[in-house]
Amino acid sequence: MWVDIILSLRQELIVAVIIFLLLFIKIGAAAYRTEAMLHFINLLLLANLLLGFFQGGDATLFSGMFHTNRLIVLEKSMLNLATLIVSLQAYSWLKGHRQVLEFYMLLLSTLLGFFFMISSGNLLIFYLGLELSTIPLAALSSFDLEKRRSSEAAMKFILSSAFSSALLLFGISLLYGATGTLGFDTLAGRLDGSAFQLFAFIFILSGFAFKISAVPFHLWTADVYEGSPVTVTAYLSVVSKGAVFFIFILALYTVFKPLAGNWYKIVVLLSVLTMVTGNLFALRQDGLKRLLAFSSIAQSGFILAGITGSSRGGEASVIYFILVYIFSNLGAFGVVSFISAQTGRESVNDYRGLYATNPLLSWVMAISLFSLAGIPPTAGFFGKFFLLMAGAGKGNFVFIGIAALNMVISLYYYLRVIKAIFMDSQPEPIGKLKIPLLPKIAFLVCVAGIVMTGLVGGIYDYIYSLSKGF
Amino acid sequence: MPNYAYIALIPLLPLAAFVVLGLFGRRYFRGWSGGIGTLAVLFSTGLSLWAAYRYFFVDGKVGEGYHQVIALKTTWLSFSPGLSIDMSVVLDPISVMMIVVVSFVSLMVHVFSMGYMKGETRYGTYFAFLGLFTFSMLGLVLSGNIFEIYIFWELVGCSSYLLIGYYFDRPTAVAAAKKAFIVTRLADLGFLIGILILSFYAETLDFRTLIQRLTDPTSQLAGITSASFLGISLLSWGLFLVFVGGAGKSALFPLHIWLPDAMEGPTPVSALIHAATMVVAGVYLVARLYPVYIYSDAAVLQVVLYAGAVSALLAALIACTQTDIKRVLAYSTMSQIGYMMLALGTVHSAGEAGTLGFTASMFHLFTHAFFKALLFLCAGVIIHRVHSNEMKDMGGLRKLLPLTHGCFLIACLAISGIPPFSGFFSKEDILLSAWHANKFVYGIALFTSGLTAFYMFRLYFSVFWRRQVWGGDGHHGEAPVTMKIPLVILAAGAVFAGFIPFSRLVTYDGLPQETHRVGVFAIAPVAMALIGIFIARYLYFKESSRPGRVAAALGGLYRTAYHKFYIDEVYSFVTKKIIFNLIGRPAAWIDRHIVDGLMNLLATVTARISAGIKGVQSGKVQDYALYFFAGIAGLTVLFIYLYT
Repeated sequence: MWVDIILSLRQELIVAVIIFLLLFIKIGAAAYRTEAMLHFINLLLLANLLLGFFQGGDATLFSGMFHTNRLIVLEKSMLNLATLIVSLQAYSWLKGHRQVLEFYMLLLSTLLGFFFMISSGNLLIFYLGLELSTIPLAALSSFDLEKRRSSEAAMKFILSSAFSSALLLFGISLLYGATGTLGFDTLAGRLDGSAFQLFAFIFILSGFAFKISAVPFHLWTADVYEGSPVTVTAYLSVVSKGAVFFIFILALYTVFKPLAGNWYKIVVLLSVLTMVTGNLFALRQDGLKRLLAFSSIAQSGFILAGITGSSRGGEASVIYFILVYIFSNLGAFGVVSFISAQTGRESVNDYRGLYATNPLLSWVMAISLFSLAGIPPTAGFFGKFFLLMAGAGKGNFVFIGIAALNMVISLYYYLRVIKAIFMDSQPEPIGKLKIPLLPKIAFLVCVAGIVMTGLVGGIYDYIYSLSKGF
Repeated sequence: MPNYAYIALIPLLPLAAFVVLGLFGRRYFRGWSGGIGTLAVLFSTGLSLWAAYRYFFVDGKVGEGYHQVIALKTTWLSFSPGLSIDMSVVLDPISVMMIVVVSFVSLMVHVFSMGYMKGETRYGTYFAFLGLFTFSMLGLVLSGNIFEIYIFWELVGCSSYLLIGYYFDRPTAVAAAKKAFIVTRLADLGFLIGILILSFYAETLDFRTLIQRLTDPTSQLAGITSASFLGISLLSWGLFLVFVGGAGKSALFPLHIWLPDAMEGPTPVSALIHAATMVVAGVYLVARLYPVYIYSDAAVLQVVLYAGAVSALLAALIACTQTDIKRVLAYSTMSQIGYMMLALGTVHSAGEAGTLGFTASMFHLFTHAFFKALLFLCAGVIIHRVHSNEMKDMGGLRKLLPLTHGCFLIACLAISGIPPFSGFFSKEDILLSAWHANKFVYGIALFTSGLTAFYMFRLYFSVFWRRQVWGGDGHHGEAPVTMKIPLVILAAGAVFAGFIPFSRLVTYDGLPQETHRVGVFAIAPVAMALIGIFIARYLYFKESSRPGRVAAALGGLYRTAYHKFYIDEVYSFVTKKIIFNLIGRPAAWIDRHIVDGLMNLLATVTARISAGIKGVQSGKVQDYALYFFAGIAGLTVLFIYLYT
């Protein structure tokens, strides 16, 4: 009995153990070398990733509050992987930071929150997981302690989040009032699409839309992404967004399945708005962080397009795309983060002539951007292709046409960066930078991931075989 | 089944050359790069010829006709139990013909480039890119499914981008590369959506199964022909969109605007990519899906027919007015590709005789590869010698470049359709199929063939005659031997390629056909061509004021043609004025003035009201909340709308 519970909860338990370990080190230890500590922590995260891979069976614990299956384990492993990559890339930035242990405690707390959220079988646990992740995230946003922008970002994030949480909670209460239950398994049976239930659903939907920065709930994104340390931005845009998408698709496909006729059109609308707005704003950005922020909004729109597929293929394509997105987006953010930590330069114009001095970074950036733009043979192309394929399953070709058109628009701003790197020059290019071991590993992992995820056919197959479908 | 596994080597050898030269070329074998690349392509060409021999004459024929052979096949990705992507290599008459053309022209260009690019600093890189292109193009023509072809299609686009932008220190070259990439990407969008539609309904990506399923009237796929969007069946939409993708690559009107600019690349590259191989990819794609095109609504092939005819005529008109030798050739390419498409489009209306159109199109593709590559390589020699692209800097070159002169003349005669050169036969077939299909289009094609002869000989006389001797310094030899050999070989091809009995080898259904060439029928086109040549001789044989007078007399038409019918301007008007001003500007304006402005206003107001947080907080968050709430309200309204 206990063994089963421990096995089912192993990913959460490992993360919790690491958090406490770091806490004890913080209280007990006198002095430590930051570099050594960073290496140690990254090893722990690697162990965490590897241990998570062990397959356990499906399980439902605590009278339906918590459930897990092989797909959920895979999703958590993807989040573990993304966290490890973020942590490796953060090396250059954290090396000069004094509160390394606090950083990791906060980071892992958010991860723990996401784990509970993904595994939740009840709206209460879902809400708790969400909040467990949100509050430390706000603290992380302000982690560039001496920068005012960073504090401002944290302030905005916490206020916006509080607002969205309040409305989400309001929706949950209404839903409880309407159906008398919060458990996922019983809820689906009691939804009949009455006006009151739909009203409650709108609030819950907008809570999700806020987290995945769907337009018009996206306004916080650009400011928070820009103000936060780049590492945190990368984490927000990949891990946080990915986790919410995992639970969002589960909720729409199982819990709110009876309302599918209603949410289909809404999700299509949100998808179009998000893609178009994200791309149009990205077009005119000069700061790379802001550009990537808007681009990640546009990418959310694409994921929503896959969700509209309402099929097993839709679920698989979304999870596959998030895997691709982890590698591509972290590759791009990693380069920006590294260069920002070393030189403090973050605009597209600063990157002119980068290829002459830093070929490795240039190639990582170029490959990541190509993948984000969806150019074959990078994995991003396959990801987008599967998403559109799933979306096309509904036969709404005008919508798919708009989505495909957006792929072309996005190409413009991604290519602008690549052009700056490879073709332009400037009087004071970014100097030659030495890349330490850990970030280098992270870059290579990202590039390898971008190439392999697309070319190895088995990955999509595997995800598809685990998907539950609609 | 005979063993065709070695076919895989044909594309893989150039790929190997690309990898080796790309990684080590600059460091280890600078001077040898050309040799290594050429050697790889030489083997590819040898294997292609061997494969063609085996296929056409030894074991390709099963019973009466040629059948498709799947040489290799592995499952690569599988989406769902029913739908998977195979990597396969397909041999049938058209793919075998294409590998011969592609590898052969690529070999010629490799050899030529060894002389032409000598001394360039990025000599190794150049050959690496050539290898990449050759690999992609060979992969494209051998692809057995639509997804595979799409990937190679994009790779071809990328390597073309790299080669056009080879002189990346010239801003015009970079701009041209970007233009080519973006225009073809936009067309590829159509291709992608077309693929999605076709494969979604046919539930397969494999060409053979797709064709079987889509053309079988008894199958349960009635959905695709009955389901319609804007009154046209989805099958037609899918095919139309695939055609749009092909039209972008093949520079058909109105997606041709990138081709003339692409001439910024090195001249041998223009010969390889923008004359003989890549630009015919669109023709090849339509030919590949031909059975489905025939099965669908007549309207789609009508579009193909007219797009071909309009491109042929328009490009020929523009070519008559250009002064840059490579641009004349570029428009001429566009015009000839128009011919090929036109031939493909003739089928529906012509029934039995229409299948001739398919053979004619492939035949013209084949002969065109020889004479157009030859023309570009000759232009390469001339430019190499004169150091200018402008016709006014040339003239009287016949004594200085005797071999080039001879080859150029042969190519001009071939493209003009003078018997017995190769172009005569293929153009004859195209005109014949057009005659049976549509008399109006036949008229356009006939007139265009006269124009073709005119602009080609305008070029010929202006470059090689016009003056007694060339005005520049004439002490160097003609060209290195590596540049001469390809000219001679290609010239031989341009003369003799027409005698290949194409209708026995490459037909729409694999069964050999007898062409009934009617001698009388040839009179009109040849007469048109001769008239064109004589007009060109009258105007350009000697320096005179006649061309200027003619241009003045034609006035508006000449100016419009000279400015390429203002199509570039239309595009830039649409993109800059309409898209940028109507969408980009307002979006930026709203962001700057309304969103930012509102927030700044609120910030100021809030800051004044709450003195405690003055200056620290931007105050924007309230605004975000407001938007958030507006979003919820909007959703609610929408739900109410949907609910009732």
